Amino acid sequence: MAEIVLDGVSKRFPDGTTAVHDINLTIADREFVILVGPSGCGKSTTLNMIAGLEEITSGELRIDGERVNERAPRDRDIAMVFQSYALYPHMTVRENMAFPLTLAKMPKPEIAAKVHHTADLLDLTPLLDRKPANLSGGQRQRVAMGRAIVRDPKAFLMDEPLSNLDAKLRVQMRTSISRLQKRLGTTTVYVTHDQTEAMTLGDRIVIMQSGVVQQVGTPQDLYDHPANQFVAGFIGSPSMNFLPAEVHPDGLHTIIGTIPCGSRPRLLPREVIVGIRPELFQDTRIRHGASFTGTVDIVESMGAEKLAYFTFESGATFTGEVVARLDPKSPVREGELATIWYDPAALHIFDPTSGANLT
Amino acid sequence: MKLRWGFIDVLVVLYALIPVLWIVSLSFKDPSTITDGSLLPTKWTLNNYTGIFRNDDFIRGLINSIGIGLIATFVAMVFGTMAAYAIARLTFPGKRLLIGFSLLIAMFPQISLVTPLFQIERTLGLFNTWPGLILPYITFALPLTIYTLSAFFKEIPTELERAATMDGATPFQAFWKVIVPLAVPGMVTTAILAFIFCWNDFLFAISLTSSSAARTAPATISFFTGSSQFEDPTGSIAAAAVVITIPIVIFVLFFQRRIVAGLTSGAVKG
Repeated sequence: MAEIVLDGVSKRFPDGTTAVHDINLTIADREFVILVGPSGCGKSTTLNMIAGLEEITSGELRIDGERVNERAPRDRDIAMVFQSYALYPHMTVRENMAFPLTLAKMPKPEIAAKVHHTADLLDLTPLLDRKPANLSGGQRQRVAMGRAIVRDPKAFLMDEPLSNLDAKLRVQMRTSISRLQKRLGTTTVYVTHDQTEAMTLGDRIVIMQSGVVQQVGTPQDLYDHPANQFVAGFIGSPSMNFLPAEVHPDGLHTIIGTIPCGSRPRLLPREVIVGIRPELFQDTRIRHGASFTGTVDIVESMGAEKLAYFTFESGATFTGEVVARLDPKSPVREGELATIWYDPAALHIFDPTSGANLT
Repeated sequence: MKLRWGFIDVLVVLYALIPVLWIVSLSFKDPSTITDGSLLPTKWTLNNYTGIFRNDDFIRGLINSIGIGLIATFVAMVFGTMAAYAIARLTFPGKRLLIGFSLLIAMFPQISLVTPLFQIERTLGLFNTWPGLILPYITFALPLTIYTLSAFFKEIPTELERAATMDGATPFQAFWKVIVPLAVPGMVTTAILAFIFCWNDFLFAISLTSSSAARTAPATISFFTGSSQFEDPTGSIAAAAVVITIPIVIFVLFFQRRIVAGLTSGAVKG
């Protein structure tokens, strides 16, 4: 169990590119923290720096209050699960799981006991004598987890551990990882590019882009109060609608019409980006209030919800697409006009140059 | 169409094998019928074989061949494995230069080195000794081992070493316990190729030795004499040639698949 502190940690490669810029993050004991962002955002590099697989260019990494920058990975007492699982092909499941303990020169009976206990925990007991080549993707993933758990390390690092699984298994493993982490209470840092995984697994989420942390917070916090346009667009599915708007005294002029916003226009720059989550729209036949009308382009019926896509073309300046997530009872049809309700109070307004949230 | 290709195949195999068959046939012929020009010996004898094994020089040559070949292969494998691993995994200044140089050595015409090596080895007292042959063999076997082994190492995913490192292995433990076991097929292949290279060499063996102290089997054969100066040692030479071919044939038959895999993986990925 451990607290991990990143104090102004940066990574620059010899060719001059900055992969990670000045991360300040305190991961509490027992916490499950997710590093999320598009590929190349520096999340894996950050994880590798915590692991010790990658050197820290500047800043300090502390585990349990001790500076560990210069320590080799084996002296940090941290276990890692890799995207490819990285099981040793020439060893059986048992040998794979025993490997870290053997290296630690633990007595043999103790190793056997620990391996059995962990195998029990992960339903791997019948597979102990198989080689990784004879396991399914989900089983390999569990062995990789087992190899990390068996050591009882201070922390787990997971680098996209589910992205090689098919969609159904991924959902299943997601819940079992979550349950396992709660049960073991081990500090966990988890890297993913999938916002659903991030939202469902993490106690806290760290959103990164181009090596810079954009926002840190609980999933709900990030959803409700995104710090900038990037976070707003990254969290939530389908992503938030962004509409360029001109600020006028009577409201915000956008492709979907004028959005009333009280006395706020005086505080805003001349041009802004309006963000509306698709799920904040509703068919006016179901709910009434402020609304816009447009021709429905495409309807995706998901069962529990309906996604309606509108394309707007007004003049040469504004063209754009709006997605609305509607109640399945809504009778919208492709090619027909629909009037959609929204709550002007639930809008986000972003600065078009910096992307900062102005609401 | 198939038939025609089959016919061509047979033709090519015959073309390649007839000299071998001829040597085998010669080795069983009695000296009196050696020049009769028939492929099947008219008068069978094993005298040629018993003769060469009664010849101390030939026995000595075989021992030299095996000893020198094994030592050179072993040393080349040790250094080659380490160099190949570094080339496959690390970026270091001069890496391209190292690869370029080893390629250069592999391509270098060996004959151009014979005279300088002869002079150097005579000055250093290495002439006509085991080390005198082992050193040039290592030099020429190393590029081969480096090239084939680095192709093998490159095929092993890097995440395995990273996983081993995270599991608490030192870099050497990661190499020894995770990478080497996975590279064994490639290492066996490479070792066989290196050994065959040493075993087959004639040029250095004949130029850098002067007695049976270090002369290897192929060179020894060229010094065979008949029982009188009027007798040609053709039969003994043929028998000795068959004897030194046998280990190669056995190696290749046993490890055929692996050698082919090793060669092609080197060709595509190297």
